[in-house]
Amino acid sequence: MLLQVEDLSVNYGVIHAVKGVNFEVNEGEIVSLIGANGAGKTTILKTISGLMRPAGGKIVYDGHEIQKFKSQKIVAGGISQVPEGRRIFAGLTVMENLQMGAFLRKNRDALKKDYQEVFERFPVLQERKNQDAATLSGGEQQMLAMGRALMAKPKLLLMDEPSMGLAPIFINEIFDIIQAIKQQGTTVLLIEQNASKALSIADRGYVLATGNILMTGTGKELLANKDVQKAYLGG
Amino acid sequence: MQQLVNGLSLGSIYALLALGYTMVYGIIKLINFAHGDIYMLGAFWGYYVINQLHFNFWLALASAMLFCALVGVVIEYLAYRPLRNSPRIAALITAIGVSFLLENGMAYMFSSNVRSFPQVMKVKQYHLGSVSISNIQILILAVSIILMILLQLIVRKTKMGKAMRAVSVDPAAAQLIGINIDRTISFTFALGSAMAGAAGVMIGLYYNSIDPLMGMTPGIKAFVAAVLGGIGLIPGAAIGGFVIGLLETLMQALGFSAFKDAAVYAVLIIILLIRPAGILGKKIKEKV
Repeated sequence: MLLQVEDLSVNYGVIHAVKGVNFEVNEGEIVSLIGANGAGKTTILKTISGLMRPAGGKIVYDGHEIQKFKSQKIVAGGISQVPEGRRIFAGLTVMENLQMGAFLRKNRDALKKDYQEVFERFPVLQERKNQDAATLSGGEQQMLAMGRALMAKPKLLLMDEPSMGLAPIFINEIFDIIQAIKQQGTTVLLIEQNASKALSIADRGYVLATGNILMTGTGKELLANKDVQKAYLGG
Repeated sequence: MQQLVNGLSLGSIYALLALGYTMVYGIIKLINFAHGDIYMLGAFWGYYVINQLHFNFWLALASAMLFCALVGVVIEYLAYRPLRNSPRIAALITAIGVSFLLENGMAYMFSSNVRSFPQVMKVKQYHLGSVSISNIQILILAVSIILMILLQLIVRKTKMGKAMRAVSVDPAAAQLIGINIDRTISFTFALGSAMAGAAGVMIGLYYNSIDPLMGMTPGIKAFVAAVLGGIGLIPGAAIGGFVIGLLETLMQALGFSAFKDAAVYAVLIIILLIRPAGILGKKIKEKV
């Protein structure tokens, strides 16, 4: 097991955003957390990444409890995140954004190879590598955010709403890329409001509502589930 | 022409100071009102090492930069870091407090007398037609420009410089890729304060007098320069500094010496009214 979240609760001031959540991610899986706005999905990811501190519970990654670690230590340990809304660094070029993704890495030869890999996966980034990242389209920015996170060479990639605000053509592309990332051996924890897409590529999924996990199963099981269909798949 | 020369040397001092304001603002959105006092500390450091330790100008300059960098980092660590997540006004008031502490602390320890800065270099005047330039003016201009170019290289080309820019755009996203925010902010204070230290030593040499309150007015003027150029933008600070320096000497040349400070503050008011983002500032567009 790569990541195990045990009885995690997180508060925003007086609001209990996450209330005793348990889930796990095995090596090599894509696991999707789905749920409506405000279900606590983003909060869970922020807590795993060390941006927020839990009020209770444990996050065990690769055998270590990481809930008290600083974010740079968590990144160094192999968890990187593609944040919601992409959050690329405007004013820095595409290349500089990627370099920042590799901030903690030192081995130049390995880095060179990884830049090459990112450029192969996202050719548009190579074409625009000297452009200000702010000039990219939404879909390209999403690719840059993914490339930046991959430059950290993660074992576990956290993705927060990668399809948000993208044109349908880009959405399909992004989900194809997520599957390709998995094929290359990176484990993915995916958070999505686009539940049908997220479940269709997921090995397993969890349904989250108001800070609790309601249901879990394989991606296929959840897609076929009547309640899930009703609540999250529009029918 | 003569005023142009004078204005440029004064302007380069303001520019160096404005850089510190703008970098710190860029990264933690704090107007560091103690910045002018770091410049004062730089001047005092220069005074002591030249007088007591008989440092030459270059050594005094370099050691003042190092000393001020250290002071800047310590101030950030002790005074601003604990307030990182507090409302911005709390940090701003703290900055004013730090400024008073430095001014009055120095006045208490070293008296508030004006001291004459040791003339570590012989002043030479060069005459080009009707214009006279002193070697000190040339030195100030040259050192400032070199420092600004160096700074720009650091910010554009080095990993830490890129991290500075990344943190100033989006601290949370920077954290998510492993950038150490605290270290990056310390680095920013170190750079900005080193520039102020250099400015302090050079102004001592230029005006020949230093006192514990010497940082107040130039500090505020440099702040105006930073706003004028576009706060948060490094080239903006440099341009703003030169504009303010030129404006001030121009006022003097036109016989309005008494109004030269007022003119600078008028610029602040005007820029805030008509172009709050500054000369180089773009209208802030938020992408969703």
